[in-house]
Amino acid sequence: MIRVIIPHHLRTLAKTGAEVTVEVNGPATQRALLDALEARYPMLRGTIRDYATGQRRAFLRFFVGVEDLSLESPDAPLPEAVAAGKEPFRIIGAIAGG
Amino acid sequence: MSGVRVLVGTRKGAFILTSDEKRQQWHVDGPHFGGLEIYHLKGSPADPNRIYASQASDWFGQVVHRSDDGGQTWTTVGNEFTYVGRTGTHQWYDDTPHPWDFKRVWHFEPSLNDPDTVYAGVEDAAIFRSSDGGQTWQELPGLRQHDTAGIWQTGGGGFCLHTIVLDPVNPDRIFVAISAAGAFRSDDGGQTWKPINRGLHSEYIPDANAEVGHCVHRIAMHPSRPNTLFMQKHWDVLRSDDAGDNWHEVSGNLPSDFGFVIDVHAHEPETIYVVPIKSDSEHYPPEGKLRVYRSRNGGNEWEALTNGLPQENCYVNVLRDAMSVDTLDPCGIYFGTTGGQVYASADGGDTWQTIVHDLPAVLSVEVQALP
Repeated sequence: MIRVIIPHHLRTLAKTGAEVTVEVNGPATQRALLDALEARYPMLRGTIRDYATGQRRAFLRFFVGVEDLSLESPDAPLPEAVAAGKEPFRIIGAIAGG
Repeated sequence: MSGVRVLVGTRKGAFILTSDEKRQQWHVDGPHFGGLEIYHLKGSPADPNRIYASQASDWFGQVVHRSDDGGQTWTTVGNEFTYVGRTGTHQWYDDTPHPWDFKRVWHFEPSLNDPDTVYAGVEDAAIFRSSDGGQTWQELPGLRQHDTAGIWQTGGGGFCLHTIVLDPVNPDRIFVAISAAGAFRSDDGGQTWKPINRGLHSEYIPDANAEVGHCVHRIAMHPSRPNTLFMQKHWDVLRSDDAGDNWHEVSGNLPSDFGFVIDVHAHEPETIYVVPIKSDSEHYPPEGKLRVYRSRNGGNEWEALTNGLPQENCYVNVLRDAMSVDTLDPCGIYFGTTGGQVYASADGGDTWQTIVHDLPAVLSVEVQALP
């Protein structure tokens, strides 16, 4: 079980609290985690990764603790603490005004 | 008629304003989707309780919401807008080729007779259609793949298809407008398209009379006369009486013929409304006076409608999707401003009241007459 913390507007969209959990079959990677998240909450498809490119949206970043994983390969193994459910994978929206 | 429902899209959510047929006392409901840009909401003419809403942001991209109960509750539906085939390029601001890249839905146009069929005008410019209530979207690629598309230019507000007008008599005929490519018409249900910009004159592009490249801001039609179209262009107000094949200017005595909105009275096909804006560089009313202008004879002769509107120190804008008319008698006129006001007239524009003063900047206004 992997813990994921999602930003305010995605909680509203998915009708969840701040933290959700997903099961990942096979190696725990960023891609597998996001695939599992979108499978459980289909309304989040297209909101974290662009449909056309499959890339992370530019205004979102991925963190574990203070470590920024945004630029890691989507197929790189996630930190052991995330895979073991000890640390949450955090999806954070850019701070921008307006 | 028992009343009206005004659907307001703003920079920070959607609001639903309701009243009885007198249109004097209003109930304001919202925000729906608080904190998020709602570009447009529109109800189905075939089922007023079916409403489509476009939520778009730089953070989370495009989300489409659908209500089946008049906006009381919402369901998230499909948000995958994939261009068909090779995407090609259009002109970027610096004149270089730029690939098509989907950004957001600017406008929903529900079918006149099927609540599950709805068209979407999007940025970068293209038209999509859903036949399953918004669950899935298919592009009508003949427009984006038109021979002239490579020289379509990017408007200041985005490279957007913002206007879709469905012909109530001929179901195969669709009109669209793109900033900054111009107006186009399909006579085969959206498979093929032709530019309909003859008579448009735009000094701000290299060839002022070009076939494409004009910044059309809005097109309006009265359902009883589908061959007559009215256009608010970047500059100039125009009309066509042959379904867009030829246009001529009807700006007449307007204090400025720059503006964004244009609409037609529900019961008088030659009565039209615009809101003049000072210039393309000064997006606020001339002289700080918010005035709707009405022509009762299809253009050229315009009268200022000011009763109830601010006549000093007013520097708001009225964006292209932010005016609508109801079908009650007398006809109601509605518009919203970038200052967050929504104004209504229950007497065809003679007098105005402020429904609400302090919403976020208004992006779109649509009204439904409720049975």
